[in-house]
Amino acid sequence: MITFFLSVALGLLFLMLFSIYRALFGPTVLDRLIGVNAIGSKTVVLLLLIGFLYERVDMFVDIALAYAFLNFIAVLAASRYFHKRKGLYEESFMD
Amino acid sequence: MTVSNNGTAGDPGRPDTRFKTFFSFLITFVLLFLSWLVLSGKFEPLLLWLGAISSFFVAYYFYDLLFPDLESNYAGISFRFICYVPWLIWEIIKANFHLLYLAFHPRMKDLIDPHIITFKTNLKSDIAITTLANSITLTPGTITVTATSDGVFKVHAIDRPSAEALPGTMLEKVAKVFGEQI
Amino acid sequence: MDILDILVIILLLTGLFFFLGGAVGIIRMPDFYSRLHPAGKLDTLGIFAMVTGFAVYNLHHFSIESLLLSIKMFLIVFFVFLSSPTATHSIVDAGMRAGLRHWTKKKRKG
Repeated sequence: MITFFLSVALGLLFLMLFSIYRALFGPTVLDRLIGVNAIGSKTVVLLLLIGFLYERVDMFVDIALAYAFLNFIAVLAASRYFHKRKGLYEESFMD
Repeated sequence: MTVSNNGTAGDPGRPDTRFKTFFSFLITFVLLFLSWLVLSGKFEPLLLWLGAISSFFVAYYFYDLLFPDLESNYAGISFRFICYVPWLIWEIIKANFHLLYLAFHPRMKDLIDPHIITFKTNLKSDIAITTLANSITLTPGTITVTATSDGVFKVHAIDRPSAEALPGTMLEKVAKVFGEQI
Repeated sequence: MDILDILVIILLLTGLFFFLGGAVGIIRMPDFYSRLHPAGKLDTLGIFAMVTGFAVYNLHHFSIESLLLSIKMFLIVFFVFLSSPTATHSIVDAGMRAGLRHWTKKKRKG
């Protein structure tokens, strides 16, 4: 079962690479924000997996909960910050 | 004597209001203490007392934030809301498979057709509008763009079929949960 | 290998599949409004499936502590179900206020 958990964690890491592509090369700032948000939601699951791998789930579940809160607040704050920024659609619309 | 009698008679809602305040304080206290128990996970007397005292103070000062008006029937609403959640989850799962099909389809750009639709509802209370907006956003294929307090919704839909299903059943269910007319 | 383990494996693989769909959708969709659809929703359901799997695995050795742990895990799911639509809505709102137009089919044909 531990081996299975390890391979699931590796799969999650591989999926994070997709989102990192969007976070690095996204045409607008909001695309980058989506990428960061997707990475954050995978990280919550990854933290729980790490807890099972180290057999300290009781500790890591608190960290995952705090991380979920933090991820939410980061997205909210960033998207409030980019309200009415005119620079948003200059780098957009690649077609 | 008559003046004081008139004073109590002219203020009939007074004990009632006090009871309602106490009741919302009690519910807030119980919820806070339960979350303390779950998050702490230790049952030593000292920690239990600390939790009880801190939840007492928070509930004492902020009892009116969670349940602002106890006029409406919270017990019935919460019961119907709990009945609504499994239906919502089933709906989310069904629609997620549709979105998965879209995401993996080789000719995805021919299938999707993003557009914005606007519709008006007669929902009055804030919590009903919030619930409907969040349910629409949770159901894949549709995202609430704006929802005003008079019940006008602007929804971004990713293709025609998910847009057509929109105001129908979900609006009826939410209106039934909060006891409002459609 | 008993039936609970098989259930856990199925739930975890389902969650991983949803996450994969979300990641592919984020890469392939044409503009950012439509990218939000896979990002917000498939990830939410992925978290739901995977954390349910963890909670079931955790209840394997039943005790009061593992029950508390599983309740905490469902607290995460509950919070994600509340916060994910809010975050999505906030990003859409930022895009609308900045005046980004959404990708349409007609523009592509013309």
